[in-house]
Amino acid sequence: MKPSRFDSTILTLCFAFLYIPIIILVVYSFNASKLVTVWGGFSLEWYKVMWSNQGLMDAAWVTARVGVLSATLGTILGTMAALTLVRFPRFPGRMAFTGMIYAPLVMPEVITGLSLLLLFVAINIDRGFWTVTIAHTTFTMCYVAIIVQSRLLTFDRSLEEAALDLGCPPVKTFFKITLPLILPAIVSGWMLAFTLSLDDLVIASFTTGPGATTLPIKIYSQVRLGVTPEINAICTILIGLVTIGVIAASISSKRSELRRIRHEHEALRGPI
Amino acid sequence: MAETGASSQTNPMRWLVVATPYLWLLLFFVAPFLIIVKISLSDTAIAMPPYTPNFTGFAALGEFLSELDFDNYQFLTEDPLYINAYLSSLRIAAISTLLLLLIGYPMALAMARAPTTIRPTLMMMVILPFWTSFLIRVYAWIGILKPEGLLTLLLQTIGLMGPDQQVQIYRTDTAVFIGIVYSYLPFMVLPLYAALEKMDGTLLEAASDLGCPPWKAFWKITFPLSMPGVIAGALICFIPITGEFVIPDLLGGAQTLMIGKTLWTEFFGNRDWPLASAVAVLLLLALIVPIVIFQKQQQKVG
Amino acid sequence: MAKSLGPVKRKFSPWTEPSATPFIRFEDITKRYGDFVAVDNLTLDIYEREFFSLLGPSGCGKTTLMRMLAGFEEPTSGRILLQGKDLSGTPPYKRPTNMMFQSYALFPHMSVEKNITFGLEQDGLAKADIAARVEEMLKLVKLESFAKRKPAQLSGGQRQRVALARSLAKRPKVLLLDEPLGALDRKLREETQFELMDIQHTLGLTFLIVTHDQEEAMTVSDRIAVMDKGVVMQVATPAEIYEAPNSRYVAEFIGDINILECSMVGQPRPSLLAGHPPHTTLDSQGLMIGVEQDCKAGVGEQVAFAIRPEKVRISLDPPADGTANAVHGEVWDIGYLGDFSVFLVKLDDGRILRAAQANVSRLVDRPITFGDRVWLTWSVDAGLVLTR
Repeated sequence: MKPSRFDSTILTLCFAFLYIPIIILVVYSFNASKLVTVWGGFSLEWYKVMWSNQGLMDAAWVTARVGVLSATLGTILGTMAALTLVRFPRFPGRMAFTGMIYAPLVMPEVITGLSLLLLFVAINIDRGFWTVTIAHTTFTMCYVAIIVQSRLLTFDRSLEEAALDLGCPPVKTFFKITLPLILPAIVSGWMLAFTLSLDDLVIASFTTGPGATTLPIKIYSQVRLGVTPEINAICTILIGLVTIGVIAASISSKRSELRRIRHEHEALRGPI
Repeated sequence: MAETGASSQTNPMRWLVVATPYLWLLLFFVAPFLIIVKISLSDTAIAMPPYTPNFTGFAALGEFLSELDFDNYQFLTEDPLYINAYLSSLRIAAISTLLLLLIGYPMALAMARAPTTIRPTLMMMVILPFWTSFLIRVYAWIGILKPEGLLTLLLQTIGLMGPDQQVQIYRTDTAVFIGIVYSYLPFMVLPLYAALEKMDGTLLEAASDLGCPPWKAFWKITFPLSMPGVIAGALICFIPITGEFVIPDLLGGAQTLMIGKTLWTEFFGNRDWPLASAVAVLLLLALIVPIVIFQKQQQKVG
Repeated sequence: MAKSLGPVKRKFSPWTEPSATPFIRFEDITKRYGDFVAVDNLTLDIYEREFFSLLGPSGCGKTTLMRMLAGFEEPTSGRILLQGKDLSGTPPYKRPTNMMFQSYALFPHMSVEKNITFGLEQDGLAKADIAARVEEMLKLVKLESFAKRKPAQLSGGQRQRVALARSLAKRPKVLLLDEPLGALDRKLREETQFELMDIQHTLGLTFLIVTHDQEEAMTVSDRIAVMDKGVVMQVATPAEIYEAPNSRYVAEFIGDINILECSMVGQPRPSLLAGHPPHTTLDSQGLMIGVEQDCKAGVGEQVAFAIRPEKVRISLDPPADGTANAVHGEVWDIGYLGDFSVFLVKLDDGRILRAAQANVSRLVDRPITFGDRVWLTWSVDAGLVLTR
């Protein structure tokens, strides 16, 4: 079906709305002038300033560490949670468990952040790197659980039965058959968890402590003081990283799709 | 785990898989809520942590309970600031959700009607901004909406505005609406698209064959069948928007009242933890109905 | 692919020998899912080297029965014996059975070779033995040149062969096949049926196949168990099932059949001819039918007379005097099937009987056509009396 003019117009307008602000932000990170509205020529000045801003660089390092660690923990816990949701239809407290997986997805961040902080204070843990990591693990694992769950729902159980039937015990079957096949979902779950952690301001603000300032907290405090091209620069780098990641992931999945299609054509030509 | 047949009942791995995430969520998601409720019933104190009583052992339980009271909640109901903030949050969330539906639905529909070859690309284009930082996307609008920002510059350049005039959107509710719609649009479009895309195209052909004009077919066939997507999208947006902090804080003005911002101020500004907890508990109570609906719906889909 | 010219198939009927011990025995098996009874107190014996089919509509319990033998489900009560050994509590990965899945369940991330190797590796065989066995299996299913391919790079027929090779590689005592040919198109399915029989014969294994396709079951099986609602209706050879169904259910499930409601007229009389069964007379709404069959039903009791359409002769001419069963009617509809034509004949009392006639000549215009008054006749040994 050819898209109608109405549809094309809507798509153009909506995508313009989604992308123009980001494009402007990126363009002005290369602005030689400090004023946002005046174009002073192309310059990498602000990237240099950003690079030499020790506070910003420290925050970036903290964020990266929190991101990798919490995404990894969240992925392990989330995958377990997804297996629980899909594979164990009956166990005591299953309803409560499902609730605990879905609620954090929509819970306002201020509530999650405040409640976790109060827990850390109540059990007397010093706030810092580890508390932020725990907080991020807790909410990212729910996103991972949803992604892996949707993959598991379409998983052909007879593959596991076939492995058992051929003499492979259950735990080995999981690692040899199930895990390799749901790995793409687990990887995208990890990537989502990592970006969510990278992105989070509110929960991190509540649960962080001295010496564990994350990048969003740093950016937020600078934004409150006003728009500067230096922030545009760091934002541009973050956007660039994410864009490359997403596009690379989609190209690689498209490639393997093409390869599969080509092979199927080959197969149909081959002898039966 | 490959839990089939005879072996499943005795496998210890099974319990490890269930118990680990279960205990984690009990400790770091459920327990904090109980604490927040408890602290909302405490009194403010100038100490670290800044509230009394502190719970120390079961011997003190009786004394502990006697010191809990509803003072904070009473205060919240007496001060119109809080009630207004609640009502304003719900109003802003409701209006934003409606705006998101009005923009998101035609967009999702246009995507679902696009040729199958370009649908994955469109899908990726919707998801991409969703992967970039929330804070960055809100920040991008400051530069555009500021009185001396790019929107003013654009309007002056094309002559819609005199050189001495400026756009007065930044730090108003309008800016908050723009920011919310911009940030939450992917959350609205994706469930709508998912619902519309899997719809059987022959249904509309059948309607048309039976003499139903396209606009009527939309209201009689397409829209009712996309209701699960509409409900999911609306809830995914409405619930977090109600507690939104970043957008009203960065784009809204002093008169923009939202409960997330109030909570933040009570906590970080006034250091009144018990009052902040009471605000959080009331916010959660206000959202419990939509959250339960959301969960029921997600479970049905799962 | 034509059937290879091996030795002529021996006469094989261990079930008729009282001394033979069953290889597999389902003993009083019941399987419940909540209130639903999938298998209802079922007992069934299968003999070594038998090609046995479980045939029935979906939901009749045939797949559940097979999955219980494979170990994916445990019976609610009863036991399953393999060579006299109770299988209860043995997990699927320790049972000497292998299964070919309906979806084939080929591991998509492994090559054809790795798929076939998978089961052998679990047994901890020596590398050289594994390689030799894989080669043998690939040769058996004629896929030697496809060893390195992934399942996604194969056609449907090739995938089916890999699945077969994988499940045969471990030389299971019993091979279970769940709708093995369901996903293939008709022509390929027919070829593969003969191939399966060949492989079973060559390897001398016991095959248990689950299918809803009666033609498939008839072609490949030594014996068929026809199932309905969790119980076995009849266990017999394909010819017995077709020619001597024991109930209306089996008669109607297999092939096409006319059923006439009748009542018993008198007791069966001994036949005048030596060696023939007694003669039973039935009254079907005034139409008297004679059948050479002993019948235990009492006088006046309601029974059914069943006759396959190809055993009903159709003719424009009145039958000779003394013809046992003859009835007059009008051609109501004709179904042309190529090899056969089926005539729907409306009897004078309004009932419809079907008669099939082989199209022995290439005439496009048949001598019998719509509206013709015709005679239907059948001999006394053509139909049968069904009491249930």
